Amino acid sequence: MSAADTTTPAKLPPATRHTPPSPPPGPDAPPGRRTSKATAAIPWALLAPCLLILALVLGYPLVRLVTLSFQKFGQSQLWGFQPAESVGFDNFGKVLGDSEFWDVVVRTIVFAVGSVVLTMVGGMLIALLLQRVSGWMKTLINIVLVAGWGMPIIVATTVFKWLFDSDYGIVNALLSRLPGVDLIGHNWFASGPQGLAVIMLLVVWGAVPFVVITLGAGLTQVPKELEEAARLDGAGAWGVFRYVTLPILKPIIVMLTTLSVIWDMGVFPQVFVMRNGHPEAEFQLLTTYSYDRAFAVNDYAQGSAIALLTVVLLLGVVAVYMRQMLKIGDVE
Amino acid sequence: MTSMSTATLSGPRKPKLGWNLLGLLVFLTAGFPVYWMLNTAFKPAKDAIDPDPSLLPTGFTLANFRRALNIADFWGPVGRSLIVSLTVVVIGIVVGMLAALAISRFAFRGRKIVIVGILAVQMVPLVAMIIPVFLLLNDLGQYDRLTGLIITYLTFILPFTVWTLRGFIVNIPKELEEAAMVDGCSRTTAFLRVVFPLLAPGLVATSVYGFIQAWNEYLYALMLMSQKNQTATVWLGNFTTKHGTEYAPMMAGSTMMAVPIVVLFLLVQRKMAAGLTAGAVKG
Repeated sequence: MSAADTTTPAKLPPATRHTPPSPPPGPDAPPGRRTSKATAAIPWALLAPCLLILALVLGYPLVRLVTLSFQKFGQSQLWGFQPAESVGFDNFGKVLGDSEFWDVVVRTIVFAVGSVVLTMVGGMLIALLLQRVSGWMKTLINIVLVAGWGMPIIVATTVFKWLFDSDYGIVNALLSRLPGVDLIGHNWFASGPQGLAVIMLLVVWGAVPFVVITLGAGLTQVPKELEEAARLDGAGAWGVFRYVTLPILKPIIVMLTTLSVIWDMGVFPQVFVMRNGHPEAEFQLLTTYSYDRAFAVNDYAQGSAIALLTVVLLLGVVAVYMRQMLKIGDVE
Repeated sequence: MTSMSTATLSGPRKPKLGWNLLGLLVFLTAGFPVYWMLNTAFKPAKDAIDPDPSLLPTGFTLANFRRALNIADFWGPVGRSLIVSLTVVVIGIVVGMLAALAISRFAFRGRKIVIVGILAVQMVPLVAMIIPVFLLLNDLGQYDRLTGLIITYLTFILPFTVWTLRGFIVNIPKELEEAAMVDGCSRTTAFLRVVFPLLAPGLVATSVYGFIQAWNEYLYALMLMSQKNQTATVWLGNFTTKHGTEYAPMMAGSTMMAVPIVVLFLLVQRKMAAGLTAGAVKG
């Protein structure tokens, strides 16, 4: 139930929360209310180590990412033979003027959208199914879901590589047992779209459990009376889902969707390992493309520019996610 | 409410056979990759390269595990992964708990900005950071060093611990502390005696989950450590050489990597599901 405990208030606006929703920010120290200088300093003292570490390990590299993308930075700058000089928007100009970059952008978006849609729809269907199966079946499914969720990504990728192996993979063998199908020796990674479809399957397999479990926790909070009332008013199964369940789950769905977009745009090890560390041109996503530019072509500046563009591309989604989080996380 | 009675009176539902069959299908599909990993790991290597493989286990052998342990040093990478993950978690929990206390128990100017910052920082894809991080460690002389890797892992472990612990602390009623303080406890004693014991399970769950995340990290481990200093996740790449891939030992290696982590995960998953929705970090 712990899953439900903290997530429910989000889905049920009328539910009472332990704290009143967002009083205006300002000095309002809970006990005592004495805002002496010393008291005001305590939170900052507690925060100091954290902020210091984050500034060093995250702040600095983030700034460097931005400055790098406006510099010329290759091998000779890396070894210090030449100083890194500023080149203005040259890197961006080159990247944006390269048709390969736009191919990669489109491929990344198609891949991410496909993964997110499959994850969310699949997750929702399984969550709804779990409400309808017997208790023991629910337990069985939960066990495999959590096991899949807990699998290290790198292990899951390795396993999928084996499942889809061209010569000895079980998938080819099983599919070939179907009448009229002969996939013996079929290489799924000979073509980009097919290979990426396999990788998408891997991503979805790893992502669905989180969605099922979170949505499942949400579904238990949908008031039975509301569903019953809708049914009495003549709503069918779809109507109940569309007009009762879905609106109540909306905040959770928005959050899961945005999170999935962020995760699926950031897919890296899956592609990297599946293609043995050297993804072919038609397998490149923004992440591997940026990596490739930096560490294979040794153009760190262009790599950074691509990474930065990826982050910018994600900003809109992140903004939606953050708004939702701040709304339901009652960050008053 | 009267409608309650309708709900309870609606009686036994339609037969569940159809749903259960569908459930069985989901169970088999979702569980198959895990099953096939175990199946391959324990079967004789020659059966693993049968072009028409049997779906059922064809024998039982530990030979693949012996081969996996011999193919490349296993305990070295595991030891390094342990050192890195444990250190990161200890630093993350101590520093993260202080920060989480600050943002959940104090009202102060700039609090909202700190919260938004910590949330936002988790959204930056790790891959985007790899180039500057690589250059930073290069400049600091920390490339191919465990300390460098530890510093780097803090970029994702620290925001995660702060945000998750915040979630756990917020759920402990403030009134408990206030009551202790009315009874004469100082703020610190009130925390140690009242909040800390209630927070302990959350601390354990967050630590374990943070440990799993650090342990599973692949990209930084690959980029920032050389072959001879590789960590556990990268070790799994040793089964593929230019002569091909040794699949059965590789599945044995995968099993060795996955089982302890999945077991840990099963232990904390319930507790973390809540924190995850809030913490929002996976890989």
